[in-house]
Amino acid sequence: MNRIDQLFGNKPKEVLNIYFTAGFPNHGDTLTVLQALQDGGADMAEIGMPFSDPLADGPVIQDSSTRAIKNGMRISVLFEQLKGFREKIHIPVVLMGYINPVLQYGVENFLRSCQEAGVDGLILPDLPMDEYETEYKPLFEKYGQHLIFLVTPETSEARIRKIDSLSRGFVYAVSSSSTTGKDKDMKLQEDYFRKLQDMKLQNPVLVGFGIRDKATFQTACQYSNGAIIGSAFVKAIENSANLQETVQAFVRNIKQ
Amino acid sequence: MDIAINTSQSRYHVNEKGYYGNFGGAYIPEMLYPNVEELRENYLKIMSEPAFQEEFEQLLKDYVGRPSPLYFASRLSEKYNTKIYLKREDLNHTGAHKVNNTIGQILLAKRLGKKRIIAETGAGQHGVATATVCALMGLECIVYMGSIDIQRQAPNVARMKMLGATVVPATSGSQTLKDATNEAIRDWINNPVDTHYIIGSVVGPHPYPDMVARFQSVISEEIKKQLLEKTGKALPDYVIACVGGGSNAAGAFFHFTDDESVQLVAVEAAGKGVHSGFSAATSQLGKPGVIHASKTLLMQTEDGQIVEPHSISAGLDYPGVGPLHAHLYESGRGKFLNATDDEALAAAYELSLLEGIIPALESAHALAKLKDLQLKPDDVTVVCLSGRGDKDLETYIKHLK
Repeated sequence: MNRIDQLFGNKPKEVLNIYFTAGFPNHGDTLTVLQALQDGGADMAEIGMPFSDPLADGPVIQDSSTRAIKNGMRISVLFEQLKGFREKIHIPVVLMGYINPVLQYGVENFLRSCQEAGVDGLILPDLPMDEYETEYKPLFEKYGQHLIFLVTPETSEARIRKIDSLSRGFVYAVSSSSTTGKDKDMKLQEDYFRKLQDMKLQNPVLVGFGIRDKATFQTACQYSNGAIIGSAFVKAIENSANLQETVQAFVRNIKQ
Repeated sequence: MDIAINTSQSRYHVNEKGYYGNFGGAYIPEMLYPNVEELRENYLKIMSEPAFQEEFEQLLKDYVGRPSPLYFASRLSEKYNTKIYLKREDLNHTGAHKVNNTIGQILLAKRLGKKRIIAETGAGQHGVATATVCALMGLECIVYMGSIDIQRQAPNVARMKMLGATVVPATSGSQTLKDATNEAIRDWINNPVDTHYIIGSVVGPHPYPDMVARFQSVISEEIKKQLLEKTGKALPDYVIACVGGGSNAAGAFFHFTDDESVQLVAVEAAGKGVHSGFSAATSQLGKPGVIHASKTLLMQTEDGQIVEPHSISAGLDYPGVGPLHAHLYESGRGKFLNATDDEALAAAYELSLLEGIIPALESAHALAKLKDLQLKPDDVTVVCLSGRGDKDLETYIKHLK
């Protein structure tokens, strides 16, 4: 059974999913961060595959991506680093990235490598729903990879239903119309969160974009199964002298 | 004049799903879906309204100065022993073909009820054309420009500011055109309701490539009529245009794509040489991929990171190419050549001395291939002279030895 489904199988509340960029702050930090996230109590991890032109992301994640690419990070290197990681890491891991590097790696090759490494799912924000449905869905299923789609406050109800029917694992609710790392007033989004809650989607819902601390995390959790923190975490670790300690402290501050 | 509403039958035009053959589409994150969908649902409807067409036509005539002349370049023709006509887009208001598109899009934005206009610019030509129409319509204008380009193109930055636009430096990534485009797209994500994004070329998610091509199609529409008047035949043997993203070429080719007797010649920027590592010849160096939400040919590393191109001309300095051009290339309908920085400079000097016309560096790339086409005495060739060279004087002076 897919680890994401296992996690949500017990209908947990306050699931904390943390995003970080592979190969950042340094080339060899990917597994250190992952291990520290698990040790600190994160429920899930989202590893960013750096891309030169990340349209949906703000400056913090773009800068981390630029630095990771300079560090030599690339998809093939990430899979090298992930070899054998399941001996130590049991939390669900999803990879997040843009479609172009995946196309160059080859979609089927990529999905096979994900399965071999022990990855549970993918977030590919610029892969259109239609394209997925008509071209790639059987491949994702063949290699046991859940594809997680995004919804936003501007997404119509009919489209949310369609997205929910195609998503596996969870639905990623973007908290506002924004790129990552923008601070928005969470209270303003309550109507939208309530709408999602009332729709009783078949997938669990994790809220992302603008979640940065305990308060924003807890507000998001009132209306969903949990939340995703990205930019705030990337910022916290970029100049860390002791990565393990910084990561664990960050997670504890949210979870306790 | 008409805006080419009923021409989608051509296999070289976009299909219902937004593709040209294997290229195109809309690879957008969900945050952009409502914006792009609103445009997709409305663009053809609005463009086919008689009142829209009338206003567009009127502005092109009285404000832009269309139709632009089709000029028989006799001394240039004599030199190459053939018949060369120049489509004088350089005589348009603001100095290039870019304004055809910004006039069209600003009228569209008004009808969609938008209050705020954003745009990206490289050399600043599209930024100036956008700032111009925003001033004309009294709309707020924000132009994203790479911070390196802001330094390189100070006169155009000043023009945009004088026209009331806010110029925002793009400081991410390589700080040039592709990053300015990223920043503009991000702005649109953060302002989904009141803002229209005027893309300057036939790039980006569907429907942009098609919409921009239709606004620019006035170029080939006029060429056909003018050529018929001058020669008794509407079809030339060659149409030559430079290609960065490819908007002037899209406009110059639009009404000729189904006339297979017309050779469509696209000229890319080879920079210091196609394989020198300093080039923007996308069809030669690119592989299929996704850039700025469109599947097309693009210059990239083996692992799919987008590469920074090089050209002496900022307007051709783009790592991708419009999906319709990728299709013209792949299908063989278009002939893709390239010109180096030096060839372009030489062609610019040649036109200046033979015809008294200083071309933009971009357009000079198209002129540079006249020598390579083995044109026969009776061949009729139309070169799209997409812009004037005032903006490039500093570069020209530097190379005047």
